[in-house]
Amino acid sequence: MALKTTEVEAKGGPSRHRSLGLSDEQALKIYEVMRLARAVDERMWLINRQGRAPFVISCQGQEGAQVGTAATLRPGYDWVAPYYRDAGVVLWFGMTARDQMLSFFARREDPNSGGRQMPGHFGSRKLHIVTGGSPVATQLLHAAGVALASKQRKEDAVTAVYFGEGSTSQGDTHEAMNFAAIHKLAVVFVCENNGYAISVPQSSQMAIANVADRAAGYGFPGVVVDGNDVLACYEVARRAVERARRGEGPTLIEVKTYRFTAHSSDDDDKRYRKAEEVAIWRQKDPILRYAGYLRDAGTLTDQREADITDRVTVQVDEATEYAEQAPDPTPDDLTTFVYKQELPS
Amino acid sequence: MAVKTVIEAIREGMDEEMARDESVFLIGEDVGNRGGVFLATDGLYKKYGALRVIDSPLAESCIVGVAIGAAVNGMRPIAEIQFADFIAPAMNQIIEEAARFCYRTAGDFNLPMVIRAPWGGGVHGALYHSQSIEATFGHIPGLKVVVPGTPADAKGLLKAAVRDPDPVLYLEHKRTYRLVKGDVPTGDHVVPIGKADVKREGKDLTLIAYGLMLTYCLEAAETLAAEGVSAEVLDLRTIKPIDQAAIVATAKKTGKVLVVHEDNRFAGIAAEVMAIIMENAFDTLDAPVMRLTGPDVPAMPFNQVLEEAFMPNVDKILAKARELAAY
Amino acid sequence: MASVKMPQLGESITEGTISKWLKQPGDQVKKYEGLVEIITDKVNAEVPAPLAGILKEIKVKEGTTVTVGTEIAVIEETVTAGATQRPAPAAPTETAAAVPQDSPSPVLGEGRGGGSDSRTRLSPAVRALIEEHRISDAELSRIEGSGIGGRVSKKDVEDFVAKRTQPATANGEQRQTVAPAAAPPAPTPGTTIPLSPMRRAIAANMLKSKQTIPHAWTVAEVDMTSVVRFRQTAKDSFKQREGIDLTFVPIIVKAVVEGLKAVPVLNASWSEQGVVLHKDINIGVAVSVDDGLIVPVVHQADRMSISGLAKAIDDLAKRARAGKLGIPDVQGGTFTVNNPGTFGTILSYSIIAPPQAGILAMDAIVKRPVVVEGDAIAVRSMMNLCLSFDHRVLDGVSAARFLQGVRRWLEGFSEQVPLY
Repeated sequence: MALKTTEVEAKGGPSRHRSLGLSDEQALKIYEVMRLARAVDERMWLINRQGRAPFVISCQGQEGAQVGTAATLRPGYDWVAPYYRDAGVVLWFGMTARDQMLSFFARREDPNSGGRQMPGHFGSRKLHIVTGGSPVATQLLHAAGVALASKQRKEDAVTAVYFGEGSTSQGDTHEAMNFAAIHKLAVVFVCENNGYAISVPQSSQMAIANVADRAAGYGFPGVVVDGNDVLACYEVARRAVERARRGEGPTLIEVKTYRFTAHSSDDDDKRYRKAEEVAIWRQKDPILRYAGYLRDAGTLTDQREADITDRVTVQVDEATEYAEQAPDPTPDDLTTFVYKQELPS
Repeated sequence: MAVKTVIEAIREGMDEEMARDESVFLIGEDVGNRGGVFLATDGLYKKYGALRVIDSPLAESCIVGVAIGAAVNGMRPIAEIQFADFIAPAMNQIIEEAARFCYRTAGDFNLPMVIRAPWGGGVHGALYHSQSIEATFGHIPGLKVVVPGTPADAKGLLKAAVRDPDPVLYLEHKRTYRLVKGDVPTGDHVVPIGKADVKREGKDLTLIAYGLMLTYCLEAAETLAAEGVSAEVLDLRTIKPIDQAAIVATAKKTGKVLVVHEDNRFAGIAAEVMAIIMENAFDTLDAPVMRLTGPDVPAMPFNQVLEEAFMPNVDKILAKARELAAY
Repeated sequence: MASVKMPQLGESITEGTISKWLKQPGDQVKKYEGLVEIITDKVNAEVPAPLAGILKEIKVKEGTTVTVGTEIAVIEETVTAGATQRPAPAAPTETAAAVPQDSPSPVLGEGRGGGSDSRTRLSPAVRALIEEHRISDAELSRIEGSGIGGRVSKKDVEDFVAKRTQPATANGEQRQTVAPAAAPPAPTPGTTIPLSPMRRAIAANMLKSKQTIPHAWTVAEVDMTSVVRFRQTAKDSFKQREGIDLTFVPIIVKAVVEGLKAVPVLNASWSEQGVVLHKDINIGVAVSVDDGLIVPVVHQADRMSISGLAKAIDDLAKRARAGKLGIPDVQGGTFTVNNPGTFGTILSYSIIAPPQAGILAMDAIVKRPVVVEGDAIAVRSMMNLCLSFDHRVLDGVSAARFLQGVRRWLEGFSEQVPLY
């Protein structure tokens, strides 16, 4: 396989999803998860701006990159190590809108952390979603370790790890890619390059145009893909996953995309980027673009669109109501689970 | 029973655990063909192969981060940091990740992993091959920290650490590797984490120590006995979770306690032990609790005169213990 | 001659095995030339010669394992012109003092030297015991403190309680009033008396002295008549003025001080670097106590008058018997005076307290017929002064000169000698 970065062009055609081996149902499921991720996110902002919850961090604009790549994995068998924007990834892997809202309201029942972590810090042992903290890039090494264990047990599970382009400046990114390459581990590195690390633009983060160019330095392929073209994301990810599953080693996928919202509810992006820039990218919204394709392909009818909208709305309403009513942890919960094996007090 | 050195006991402990459980594997710098720079893993590469004895790249964060991931996915890694002094690049992975996995998922995740690190001075190791790190990591909830001082405890605590469901920092004192020899019980000898051990009974005063200082305290106790002072020696063995009950019991018994460690003085383990005694045994004290520690300088220098000036030794322990006895 | 030691080949290595000698005795060796092959747990290495010369002797045979630092060979150095030797490193302890490793506990610092509150300051453990055993203030004041500055320790109270409750037999109470207050239990023949810390300390010190100091012994006979007469006339007024008895001891100590001023080599200590002459004259005075002997020190006795010495010695003896001496009270002696004569002895061979160079025993003052000037026979008060001295430090001539000086001072004693 050539180690040169390859640009994957979006190819047109009404049966593109079928040529990728996706059935109509599967193509629609990808669409519905993207819609759900967006809808949950939008609801969170509304609640936050009403003062009913302290913090939100968004996936908006990156749903195509997330769901498009995650859809190539086998939930519950393969592993993902997501970062804090990856609502689309974890919803694909089996998390629900209710789980997200429980985390958002920091309830005792939150399956990610029992209300201990900020929203966006996903984790579920059962769903094979590796828990994440707030320091960035640490999860790349965890992914290498998860993949090492699969290799040691001679299993063909693939581990996908997600991170922003800012995280590629961390030493752990280098150490993880190097280690995964040495041992030809079944890791797919997915860099969601949304152009900004909070306020710092890519030009201040690195001196190169493509993060994927770095893959050559480790001895595995790097691929750049349009992150707002969900089927293109699916296509390159599927190739990387297949390669990994065959034991040929890791791939670095750089999905070029954009963050529609500020970094978080505590950030004001008007201080570092122009409204026009955001408006241009909103035109390229991966959800609108994919919906247009599905309609052109005859897969998404008005009826189906309405059904999806209904289901998403019901889920978000139900999740919000349930989570807001759910009990908080009690003060006694403060000291539990410092260790798996509780210590004598 | 067989007489072994500390390093032999550690090696044997790892060998037996690897033979017992296929999910146990080693990762670290030079642990493969070389058998580790101290030969702690000597022979294991040949026996268990490259998939279970992994020479890592020269990157400590990588060693620990990969071990975390493997532990997530059902393995029981033993990660080796070549010298405790080089653990700093892995601190983010240890403190922010390994120590928090269980808590931040409310018990959904746990990490059965061991991080071995040779520590301590008195080996002409200078600033970067002599450090003590137990107080730094003892401060971190979510980690367990063990500090065996004898071959039997080294083996028994290693086995306990491997079988523990939580991350354990296993500190092995370099000076004890070949200096300290002792009987190691045959068979599956496991020493529970969190239990201190009275290594010598006494009634006039107590010396509390761990690692190399344990050996020095036992020597000092022998001399004190000849002087008519009966010294009890308590080996902490585990720093976190510390054995509060054993500390309080010996303080109540003798009423006079001297805590000894080579780590820096400020906010060291001695300070914690003293606080435990003050909180729980104040009414039984017959003298101020005393401590003998390394000074608050960044680390011990290479020059022998300076190294000796840094390290507590038998004579320094004796001088302080006599002060305490005479009080 | 330079000795070659088993090197420490790597961290954590404590011993090594001689695998092969590359040179044989008599061989010329160059500096850094391979001398011996050594096997350790960690590495196998060829050890280069530390200096140029001739290999004189191989101390450890091939195949033998020895600990790091053991001498394995001796090389006779080839002296080259202008070769400078590196000075030996300073003793670690000297440098250690420069690093503030371990400041002494402040409480201890204050307690030293018997601060006035040391006795009354009670530790939590002592308070608890007082409470538990209902010890009254009066009883507490009777407990002798063995800690620094006379502090009453937990052990002191436990001992007191043990004694208090010991004779609690059927008619114990009646017996208690008859029995002397704190008589130590009479030892029963056929049993072993356990060793007290003091007994052990005395044993260790005496053994060390006899094993390291070549003792020599000499006696002078002193006519004490003038001193006895003087004391007879002065003692009542002295007692009235000072509240203490005027004994012979301070007078003898004064004489000893004068003798030491004349023969300073006896106020000295042996060391491998040379005989250390002490600036101050600090006289230890042996005091017998219940379970042994303790030797408190009159510091700078050369600056004291007889009455000053009398007061200092009286104070030390009282505190010694009450167990209230501080560590400085028993440290720093440069010469010792012992008074076995009070028990009627006439010739005593005392053991020197290291690192001192001498000890003087005052034997009994007895009236004897003595030939005096003009070949007349007179009844005089005679006393033997027995001196044990470290023969490494001085010879018999100096010792005799010292005794002569002491004798002359005592025999020439008159009322002109100032008491103050």
